[in-house]
Order: sequence, then structure tokens, then C-alpha cells
Amino acid sequence: MSVLLTAVATLGAIGAGSAAILYMVGQKFKVEEDPRIQEVQDSLPAANCGGCGFPGCASFASACVKAESMEDLFCPVGGQDTMDKVAALLGRKAPVAAKKIAVVRCNGTCDSRPRLNLYDGASNCTIASALYGGDTGCSFGCLGLGDCVDSCTFDAIHINPVTLLPEVVEDKCTACGACVKACPKDIIELRKQGPKSRRIYVSCVNKDKGGVAKKACDVACIGCSKCQQACPFEAITIENNLAFIIDDKCRLCRKCVPVCPTKSILELNFPPRKETPPTPKEEEATVIV
Amino acid sequence: MEQKLIVSPSPHVHSGDTIEKNMYNVLIALIPAFLVSLYVFRLDALIITACAVLFCVGFEYLIVRYILKKTPTVTDGSAIITGVLLAFNVPSDLPLWILALGSLFAIGVVKLSFGGLGNNIFNPAIAGRIFMLISFPAQMTTWPVIADAAGTTDAVSSATVLGNLKLAPESLPSLQAMFLGTEAGSLGEMSALALLLGLLYLLWKKTITWHIPISIMATVALFTGILYIFDPITLYHPLIHLFSGGLMLGAIFMATDYVTSPMTRKGMLIYGVGIGFVTVAIRLWGAYPEGVSFAILLMNALTPLINNYTSPKRFGEVVKHG
Amino acid sequence: MLKTFRIGGIHPKEKKISAGKAIQPIVIPDQVIIPLSQHIGAPCQPVVKKGDNVKVGTLIGKSVGFVSANIHSPVSGTVLKIDKSLDASGYKRDSVFIKVEGDEWEASVDRSPDLKRACDLAPGEILNKIATAGIVGMGGATFPSHVKLTPPPGTKAEILIINGVECEPWLTSDHQLMMEKSDEILVGTTIVMKALNVQKAVIGIENNKQDAIRLFTQKVKEYDGITVQPLKVQYPQGGEKQLIDALTGRQIPSGALPISVGAVVQNVGTIFAIYEAVQKNKPLIERVVTVTGKEVKQPCNILSRVGIPLNKLIDVAGGLPETTGKVVSGGPMMGKALASIDIPVSKGTSGILIIPTLEAKRKTMKDCIRCARCISVCPMGLNPTLLMNLTEYEVWDRAEKEHIIDCIECGSCSYTCPADRPLLDYIRLGKGKVNGIIRARKN
Repeated sequence: MSVLLTAVATLGAIGAGSAAILYMVGQKFKVEEDPRIQEVQDSLPAANCGGCGFPGCASFASACVKAESMEDLFCPVGGQDTMDKVAALLGRKAPVAAKKIAVVRCNGTCDSRPRLNLYDGASNCTIASALYGGDTGCSFGCLGLGDCVDSCTFDAIHINPVTLLPEVVEDKCTACGACVKACPKDIIELRKQGPKSRRIYVSCVNKDKGGVAKKACDVACIGCSKCQQACPFEAITIENNLAFIIDDKCRLCRKCVPVCPTKSILELNFPPRKETPPTPKEEEATVIV
Repeated sequence: MEQKLIVSPSPHVHSGDTIEKNMYNVLIALIPAFLVSLYVFRLDALIITACAVLFCVGFEYLIVRYILKKTPTVTDGSAIITGVLLAFNVPSDLPLWILALGSLFAIGVVKLSFGGLGNNIFNPAIAGRIFMLISFPAQMTTWPVIADAAGTTDAVSSATVLGNLKLAPESLPSLQAMFLGTEAGSLGEMSALALLLGLLYLLWKKTITWHIPISIMATVALFTGILYIFDPITLYHPLIHLFSGGLMLGAIFMATDYVTSPMTRKGMLIYGVGIGFVTVAIRLWGAYPEGVSFAILLMNALTPLINNYTSPKRFGEVVKHG
Repeated sequence: MLKTFRIGGIHPKEKKISAGKAIQPIVIPDQVIIPLSQHIGAPCQPVVKKGDNVKVGTLIGKSVGFVSANIHSPVSGTVLKIDKSLDASGYKRDSVFIKVEGDEWEASVDRSPDLKRACDLAPGEILNKIATAGIVGMGGATFPSHVKLTPPPGTKAEILIINGVECEPWLTSDHQLMMEKSDEILVGTTIVMKALNVQKAVIGIENNKQDAIRLFTQKVKEYDGITVQPLKVQYPQGGEKQLIDALTGRQIPSGALPISVGAVVQNVGTIFAIYEAVQKNKPLIERVVTVTGKEVKQPCNILSRVGIPLNKLIDVAGGLPETTGKVVSGGPMMGKALASIDIPVSKGTSGILIIPTLEAKRKTMKDCIRCARCISVCPMGLNPTLLMNLTEYEVWDRAEKEHIIDCIECGSCSYTCPADRPLLDYIRLGKGKVNGIIRARKN
């Protein structure tokens, strides 16, 4: 019995002693932290994707608390709701930002962009693009080796096995921008999702002259400026033989789509056209990718 | 152009070296030891070795194919090596069901559950052997007596040299017998000579470098040698330690396993010296007569750490103005 | 005991089947394409326009910036256009297209075949001539030579090292040049020694070129301060750092230039070009190109003007074999696989290697078995498999600590890996990233 008592007493003493030491150390090295940081962090999605530009949700939370205003701070994963919540916690107002989504600006499928050589290196876009222009005649287009797929933490982008091009899953994409950074060819862009997910964009980044671009790929933008002339809102710019539709100015009238001779302007999630477009040949231009 | 050119980053040639070639070189190096065990144990050696290989390859194939659902990789030869080494580490009269259990543990748990060849932390054969040793100590530590060099084995069990060191140091065999392989023991650890032949082959083929085996042997010889000088009883004679038990087998074939040994020269030396020390410590002061397996297992666990803290000698690190 | 470098190294099969084949000329085609970026550094600014008439040796691209080299017309004729054209980099770059008419040379070029030994120019004048002639390192790195021959302030060259190693398998252009132009190379060496103000020069030649070693050992007796050093056959001995180590026993510290150990290295091809530029006023417009490969009918060494499409050179060697899988510009270890054989010869094209399909495809990569072969062959003493993993998982700070930027991209690791892992592919990527991070930190 006494053995038992001794053991219990000894262990108890050690335990109490350790607890005391831990308590004192804890007091001594206590870090004063704004309790709101934890509150803000709790209302974030905890994806730790880095889409906000900070290393993780915790550092984003502390940046939110420290910042004077909510300008320039945006969690692309949580979106407007989360930012409203965070702003309310901090007694501020979040600026309204439009929901964005990643779009792949290359439509050079196997059919439209013939392969001229075989790439046999490591399966990594950055390595391939450092080596050469790519396995097609277009040195700007998608290499299809999936750096964007590897970079996505939300399983929202996949390579289509038929076209060998990446496709964005609209429901899953949080516009964190990881794929935009990962793509060595700067093909992926974050664009406004648009009302009912409707959007129009030039699905090409080829800066070669029209003839060269067309030779390499059937659906390349040749910089002919027909879309620019068709646009009533001056939303289209042409630079380096390449058209670009400015998000903020585009009113989604779709006038540019049928005039494109190479069908390089894509419209997404629109209802099928009712009236006959000016050039009947281009009727199938409603490409859903 | 008619044909599509292949484009890839440099280099555009390859040495032609493959994992398979290295594995089969190890198997070739094991042949002399196998021949000795055949000579000593006759059919038993063949049965045990063949069964161990069959079990290991079979389990690997079945697990990869039906549980992991991948293309089986048995052709790389690593499972065959595991099988042979496992067989070399057991007494010739071990019941086959124990061998099967040991193989399953080695392949299924130690190798494949970590991700297969290249990703395992412990040497499968060593871990399998220790699994059997701890689970079935009686069967694993009794060896059939060898009547005479040419005679057949009978059912009487006998202790090994190292067992005798612990229990009855006066009944030691001659060094010559130990070197050539006519003393009781597990299948593969019979003849130090045969194992050394294997080492020469591996060094000649550049399959392994000298660092690990030589550093293990040198450490064991030095450590026991120093003890011998201070306390010259037969128990400490360095040659007895070198030629007995699984030391040679472990040092040449098991400690040098690519996957579980360090990658830098410096690291290999640290690893070898570590194995040497632990082996001698277990042999002299531990409860088990034999310590090589435990020593290797322990140093396997330390390998990632050694890799992390040793780096190869860099070009330009020491600037010599000559 | 033959000298060699001390860390790592491999010995691939030499396969120098074009050795001993005399350097042969090639017919100039109707049109040549001259890329405006044939060197490391800033591309040239074109100084001709469409319709201009040019002669052989006319300046067509002027160097801009410190690290850059002039480009001259290798043919006489009319400028067709200045447009983008695919070059060995695999990307379209600005190039000058010239329609060939006759073969008229600039009057300043001395075309006589006589050896001109005497050179009474001051070091500054020599460097000036080298810069004007647009000479670049012809071993493949294409670094502008006048920059390399101008040691940074505060440093002093002690020894000139002539690289006659040609450690790449298959290639023989340097070897053949040494056999045919030994006197010119030695005079070129004395000129460079004078420009650098050094008294000592060593010519390093690998032991598989016995005839060249004999020839040079014989001939250097006439020249003060030049010696020949035979070297054990070992790749990558032609690497600047490895060659200096092999010949002088000095190792350049990480991140430093060869001049930090008092050495300047020049390739034999570059030395020959310097001879021609200084003694004959001839700009760098042609070079020796080896065309070789397992299935090539007539492996050969061709003296080709810059700008001639590679397919013309391949035609001289008996045409592109049916079985061709890969065409490499340069040697098999460090050369660049080409997407097209219509690209032109440039100043850095040391050879064209044609590899059959069966040998061109890489095998599927397997998991690393940690055999440490890559570590033991790395001539820079790095840990390639660790660097590949760090790159794959983007651990840039650790990669920097493991000296990823010391990698010379020799390819020994990928060559030797039994698991067929593309080690160099990833290390090259990581090296680029880490270099970018270091640059960003400095700014």
C-alpha cells in the first residue's frame, strides 16, 4: 500500500511541478495578439490557397485587421459574402468586387492546330516552354502538359483528353489565380464571371502576323480588327496582331462573335441565337467550350 | 515534313543503366553464397530459397495487382532479392509457413505500404527477418548440426558460434571453418569467403561503392580489436566477430540496399560506422547473440537524418591555389 | 598519369565516327537567313534594310549593350527582308533574309591562305578587332569573346587555357580544325596571350585525340610559353570550371568567374576565329560543323557559312536517314533538339547529330531508388536528386542553399540515372527560378 502511495505521490508531484513550470513559461512568453485576428480567420474559408496574395488565411486575417481600409484586400475563394462578414467584424465596409473566373485563352485543339513535332521531355509546361516554342506552329498557345492542373487546389481545372486543352469547372473555380501564375505562356486570365456566367472573350494569345498565326492554327486571332469595328462600345483593343476584349466595357452584345473570320471569339452560357446573324455562314459560331 | 521530330531537353543519350541491371547484379553476387549453402544444406537450401523468392514475388504481384490496382513491378528484381536475402537469414529447417508470414510482412508491410521500391524506409529483408525472430524465437534460433563437411544434416539442433560466445566460450570452432563455411548457422551466412567474392563482384561492376561494407567491417574489427588488447579473451577476437553470424551478409548485401542507405559518401561512412558499433554492442552486451539486423534496422531509421545533414563535397568548396 | 578534374564525371561512348574526315566546303544556297541573336546577351540591332546590297563581311547587325556581338553578312547579295524566323532556341526571332548573288567579299578582308605570324598591335587594338569581328565562344556557349578577354578591374589573368578537349561524344569539328589549322591556332594563342598580357598558355587535349596531341607537342616548340597537356577522357572536361581544375588544380569558388583563379579559357575554334579576325580582318562568318549520327551515310566535317539551313548540311552528309527521330544541334549531352531542320547555322552550331527514333525516345521515369549515382557523377558536387525534388515541390530557399545555381547543366545526372528520371530538366527549371529570385532580391 505504501508503495502505491509513494508512486502516486511522486507522479503527482512531478505533474504539479511540470504544470507550474509550463504556466510560468506560458506567462513569460505570452504574445499579445489582437483577438479580432482569430475572429476574422474563423470566418475565412481556411483554404490557405494564397489567392489573396498572402501566404495563408492567418496572415490575410492579420493583414485585414491591420489595414486601414478594405481596399485591395479580397478573398477570392470566399468571395463577396466572406468579405462582407470580415468587414462587419471590423466595423468597416467592404468594397463591392465583381466575381471572377479563370478563362483559358487558347482554343487550339488537335484538329485546329496540327502537331509538328513530338515533345519527349519531363511533363511540365515550364520546362517545355523554356526549351522551345512548343509542338505546334504556334509558339504562344497551350502546351497541354498541365501545370495549371497541378497548381489548382480546388480540382477546378482539367485537361480534356480529346482537345488536350485545359477546361475550367465553373462551379469549382474560386478565381484564386494559382493557374494564372503557373501558366508559363500567360494564357489563363481572370475575367468577370458576368451575369448568369455569360461572358465573351478572345480565345487566343497569338501575337504573330495574321498569315503566320492562321497557318499554325485554324482558330487563331489574326488581328484583322473586324471585331473592333463591329463593337459599339469600344471594348475591343488590337495590339501586336491580337484582339482583346476589355471586361469593364463589354456589354455582352455578342456583335463581335459572328464577324470573327477564324471564330476565335468565344461566347459562353448564352441562349442560342434567334435571329439570323448578318453572315449566315457563321451561324455555328456559338461554341460552348 | 514527312516525319515528326522528337524534341526533348538535353542530354539526348543515356548510359543504358537500369534498375533491373543493378538488381540482377546483386543476385549474381549472391550466387557463391547460395552454392555454399547448397553444398552444406543440400535440398533444404534450395527449398527454402525457392519458396522465399516465390512468396516475395507472389505477394508483390498480388498486392500490386489486386489491392493497389497498378501494373505489377516484379520484373525489376527487387522482390527476388528480398526473397533470397530473407532465405539467407533463416535456419535451413524453418517451417515454410513462418517463411511465408515473414515474406508477407517484408513485402506487404515494409515495402509496399510505403509506396514500393524507392519509398520504403526499412530494408524489407531485414525487417522481415526481425519480424520472424521476434515472433518465432525458438524456430529462428536453432540450427541443424552439420555432421561433417560432406555429411548430411540431421535433426539435432545446435547453437551458432555467436550463441556459444554467450553461453560456452570454450567450444569455439576454428576460424578456418568459419571462413569457409562449415559451421552451423543460417543459409547465407555460412561462408565469409563466398560473401566476399560477391562483394568483389559488386565493386567490380560498380553496383555499390566500398564505403558501407568496408566501414562496417573496419569498425567491427577496430572496436573488438581494442577490447581484445585490453581484455584478451577469445570472446573479443576481431576475426571471430568478422567471420561469424550475418555480419558479412549484412554488411555486403543488406546494409548496402540503395533505398535505405545514405546517398553521400560521408553519410555512407557515418552509417557504416554506426552499424558496426551497434552490432558489436548488441553482440557483447545485449540479450541477443546477433546484432547485425538490429543495427541495420536502426541505422535505416537514421538514414533520412544522415542524408539531411551530409552533403557531397562541392566543387570549389576548398580553393586550392597550386 | 593523365590529368583530369577531381569531382564526378562520366565516360559516355565516344563514337567519333567523323574523326579524320577533312573539312569540306559547302555550296552556298540561293537564300540565307541570319538570326540577329547568335550569342548570349542582347540581340543585335539590324543596320541594313530591305533592298540593301551586302558583300561578304558587311556589318548587318550592330551589337547593343555590353554583352553582345556584331553580326556580319556571310554572303553577298540583296537583303530580302527582316522578319521573324525559327532559330535553334525553338522560338521565332528577328533575322535578316539575304538573297545570294555571287560571292563578292569586302575589300578589307585578306583572303590569301598564307600564315601571318607577326602581330604588332597593342592589346587594346587586338581586343577592338575581336569585338568588331563579332567573335563569340565557339564551343557552344557563344559568350562574346572580347568581354571574356577583358578581365574586370582589379583582376589579373595569369594563364591562358586553350580548350581542345571536345568532350562531347560524336563531335569532331574542333579536332579536325586542330589537325588542319594548327599553326593558325598557335599564332592565335600568342595573340590572345598578348592581349591578356600573360606569359603562359596551356592547350588541353583529351587522350582520344593522339594525333592532335602529337602534332601540337611538336609545333609548340616554336612558341614561347605554350605547352600541351594530354587529359584523361572524361565528360564534362570541356566545361570551363572542370578544365581549369584539370589543368591547374584550382577550383573556382561558387558564383565566381574563372578570372578569380587567374585563368581565361578559350576554345580552339574561337582562337582560330580570333587569328582570322586579327591577322586577316575576317569577321566571324563561317565555322566548322560536324554532321554525324549512327545512320548518317557520310559523317563529315563541313566549313559552313552562317545562315545556311541545316538541311543543306545534312544533304552533304547523305541526306536525312529514314529512321531519324531526333536532330540535335550540338553534341548529345548538351545540344539542343530541334523542332525543324530548316533553321540556319549560327555561330554556336558545333555539330548536327542525327539520332534514330529507337534511341531518341526517353524511357518512362520510375521512382528514385536512391542509388546515388547522380551524386557520384555530378562534376559540381551537387545532389541532383534532392535538387529535382526541391524543384518539384518548389522549395526555393532550400534549393538555393543546396547551390542549385552552381549546376553547369552537363546532363551527367540524367545520363546516368538507372530510373530514367529527368533530373536535369527539373534542375534547369529550378536554377532559372532561383536565379530569378536572387536577381529580384538584389534589385
